[in-house]
Amino acid sequence: MSTTEIPERFKGRVAEDDHHYSASGLSHEKLAMWVFLGSECLLFGGLISTYMLYKNKLPAGEIGPNDLFDIPFTSVSSFVLLMSSLTMVLAVSAIARGDVFRNRVWLLTTAMLGAVFIGGQVYEFTTFYNEGAGFTTNLWSSAFFTLTGFHGVHVTIGIIMLMSLFIGSFTGRISQESAEKVEIIGLYWHFVDVVWIVIFTVVYLFPQ
Amino acid sequence: MTTATDHVETHDEHDDHMTDWKYVQIALLLGVLTGIEVFTYFESVLDWGKALVPVLLVLMVTKFYVVAAYFMHLKFDSRFFSRAFAGGLVLAMGVYAIFFAAFGVHFWEIFQD
Amino acid sequence: MAADETLEITSGIDPTVERPLGVLTRPSGSTGWRSWLFSVDHKRIGIMYGAAALFFLVVGGCEALLIRLQLARPGGAVLTADQYNQVFTMHGVTMIFLVAMPLGAAFANYLVPLQIGARDVAFPRLNAFSFWCFLFGALFINSSWFLGGAADGGWFAYAPNTGVNFSPSHGLDFFAIGLQITGIASLVSAINLIVTVINLRAPGMTWFKMPVFTWMLFVVQVLLLFAIPVFTVALFLLMFDRLFDANFFNVEAGADPLLWEHLFWIFGHPEVYILILPAFGVISEVIPTFSRKPIFGYPFMVFSGIAIGFMGWGVWAHHMFASGIGPISVAAFSVSTMFIAVPTGVKILNWVATMWGGRLRFTTPMLYAVGVVSMFTVGGLSGVTHALAPADTQQTDTYYIVAHFHYVVFGGVIMGLFSGFYFWWPKAFGYMLSERRGKQGFWVMLLGFNLTFGPMHILGLQGMSRRIQTYSAGQGFDLWNMVSTIGSFFIAIAVAMFVINIYLSRKQSVHLPPVGPDPWDARSLEWMTASPTPEHNFDYVPIIEDLDDFWHRKWGEDEDGNIVRIATAEEVAQDGSRTDVHLPSPSYYPIMLSFGLPIIGYGLIFSLWLCVLGGAIVLGAIFGWIMEPADDPEAAHDHDDHGGDDATEAAALEEEVNA
Repeated sequence: MSTTEIPERFKGRVAEDDHHYSASGLSHEKLAMWVFLGSECLLFGGLISTYMLYKNKLPAGEIGPNDLFDIPFTSVSSFVLLMSSLTMVLAVSAIARGDVFRNRVWLLTTAMLGAVFIGGQVYEFTTFYNEGAGFTTNLWSSAFFTLTGFHGVHVTIGIIMLMSLFIGSFTGRISQESAEKVEIIGLYWHFVDVVWIVIFTVVYLFPQ
Repeated sequence: MTTATDHVETHDEHDDHMTDWKYVQIALLLGVLTGIEVFTYFESVLDWGKALVPVLLVLMVTKFYVVAAYFMHLKFDSRFFSRAFAGGLVLAMGVYAIFFAAFGVHFWEIFQD
Repeated sequence: MAADETLEITSGIDPTVERPLGVLTRPSGSTGWRSWLFSVDHKRIGIMYGAAALFFLVVGGCEALLIRLQLARPGGAVLTADQYNQVFTMHGVTMIFLVAMPLGAAFANYLVPLQIGARDVAFPRLNAFSFWCFLFGALFINSSWFLGGAADGGWFAYAPNTGVNFSPSHGLDFFAIGLQITGIASLVSAINLIVTVINLRAPGMTWFKMPVFTWMLFVVQVLLLFAIPVFTVALFLLMFDRLFDANFFNVEAGADPLLWEHLFWIFGHPEVYILILPAFGVISEVIPTFSRKPIFGYPFMVFSGIAIGFMGWGVWAHHMFASGIGPISVAAFSVSTMFIAVPTGVKILNWVATMWGGRLRFTTPMLYAVGVVSMFTVGGLSGVTHALAPADTQQTDTYYIVAHFHYVVFGGVIMGLFSGFYFWWPKAFGYMLSERRGKQGFWVMLLGFNLTFGPMHILGLQGMSRRIQTYSAGQGFDLWNMVSTIGSFFIAIAVAMFVINIYLSRKQSVHLPPVGPDPWDARSLEWMTASPTPEHNFDYVPIIEDLDDFWHRKWGEDEDGNIVRIATAEEVAQDGSRTDVHLPSPSYYPIMLSFGLPIIGYGLIFSLWLCVLGGAIVLGAIFGWIMEPADDPEAAHDHDDHGGDDATEAAALEEEVNA
């Protein structure tokens, strides 16, 4: 791009054009993602708090977590989501080295693991529903389905973004130069994972 | 125009420190921690009693920290990112702790029947 | 008064300076409706925010007049009880979410990039998305008037009173969904501006060389960032309850009626500061300019703003002293609420100290700014009386509360932003608003404002309930209600005078010389470029050495310590004549994406098929957005000389540089 000569009267008091300028040295996109994740803490905090509040207010005799939770099953799907964070970080590491092929493999693996987790959630929801706990059944069920459903939607959006990256890698849009795109979507993915770390402990493992 | 160089340096450091093998080791650690968590569920094997909730919380915080610090690179990245995230996290914990307090729920009770 | 003469001297009229408007107008690029609809220019987006907010100010103002007409006399029959519920609810919703917040966004969008010496925000397309998302969300909420009735549960919509049982019309569904859409707008805009301020400050502009206005807006964006998601949670729960029969507010099933109140006010109290801090920022620019002094205690101004933002998270339950939250909560929140008056008091003191000993010029913006300092103080003092829980128990849900929050929101926010309008109008549009008509308008507004809301203190202490549809004669309410109604029409006249002033000033400006870059002899960077601001903001990005850098380029000290002019504004300012600056290209996708959201909203209320349609639009727009090459000549329609440089592209290149 052409830069016109800086007029004499501004010399020394104005800067040359620089389209890559960043006062903090950080990339806009990555900073935006972190700021967004900070905001998401309040969103999930609100949902988790609502769940915790209502779990203890469930009238006696209503169907609740004690009747429904299948901890071994949920443990497996939690483990799957946790491992998808590993494959995600391997994808980021691969593209940072310029290894497009491994990046592609790990992106697909991550998306698949995410899909397995969502599949587990669909199975869990269906089972709960069949056992008599629908979305509208009681306080606990509304709060539970809303919280885990919100998380499930986040995972699903993550899967869509991962698949977009996967497809993009075939059109040459994902390369070593754009490794940051993978890293940023990775941040989102890891965030969804840490939210599940909290949900798994607080919702499933705490004594009911 | 000058851009801050801290970021670039820490980035290099991160490249030196983290290898794929290290990521796998971290994942193994996370897997073990999850194993311990699940193990607490089987009360017939070992009854943790009153220690159960604190143990679970410690495990949860550890896992959270490990993922955020290593997989999300916060340990190696700019402090801005940590601040943005920690800001939201600490604010959320503070606000919702007051929220429970205002409901008259003692924090401990949330975790009991 | 000498003020006008001073003004003339400092308005820097130099007939040899070419009127910049002609230089900048790109015949095909910068005119016509398409250049607005698809614009990603932060200044156009700011102006559109402002115009939309003024439109809703008129809408909300008409609702206010209806309320006052209904209450003018005992036994009023202008509105039925049901209509009255809708009108006062929508008056609050409109004024807070569709007027005060977008006005803050208007000033933030227009001025923050200029004040930090940037050419645009960090994500120009997201910025356009924020605006359209806000506008469509606002229209969506207001469309409820024609689709079975508007929301009728008060602006804070206490559940379970807002459940389907007590509010069977769709009004509150529109409220819950519409405010989620405007919430997306606020959240995206907040992220965008936070990144902009962190990353795009001009070289040399450290955090503590940023103007106070930019600081306050930065604090506002942080508050929005963290407050909006809490409100989103509350609105989602309400929506699920109303549309899908969830049990969050179903007391029969054991739900806690305080859940909504807590979630709402966790958002709602930071929201109060989201509203007022932009006005504080405006007058922190106006008062130093017209006092010819730097702001008194700049670090205190900044830190008190941050302190307000931070402490604002710990006071929310003072809205709930009468809700039965228990003595410990009441005591704790009472104390924290009294504490938050301290940083606000610091600000008031600093404004007064800035004026103290200054060479005051009582221009229209300055009059409004002084109006804020005095009127907001009145509102702040009545606020302290609410902090005392025993007193508040008497005041809750009376007109005393209504008086209080109108003194802070009207006397603070609206007057502050009017000050901003008069101050920055020449910068945005290249002509001055008439000072004479402006001052007349100010006095009418000040009179009308005090006539309207002053008597409400008395009504409230006499026991008149807030939100009652009517009252019977002989309770002592008659006189003051009539005074209040008369006052409200003075406010309406004042707003009309403002609109007429715009029209006449614009018409007369043709015969006047151009205003020049710096008509007020101001201090911050936006005055260092031509008026109206050229599309690329600055020909050359300035290197910053001082707080109020522009001022220091114009004024210096002689050996006796006297302030002397070392350069005229014209010598220092850039004329905006450069044409080879690369700017982000316009895009169709922001408006398209935001158009899909209200369709999904209608779908949730009326027919899920519409959700499919809306979802398809949203997905298509996101797909197009991602695939849109940042520098595609097709995307750069109308802008033949703009190659375009999108933020994504810039970041990708930056990564390359860093790697």
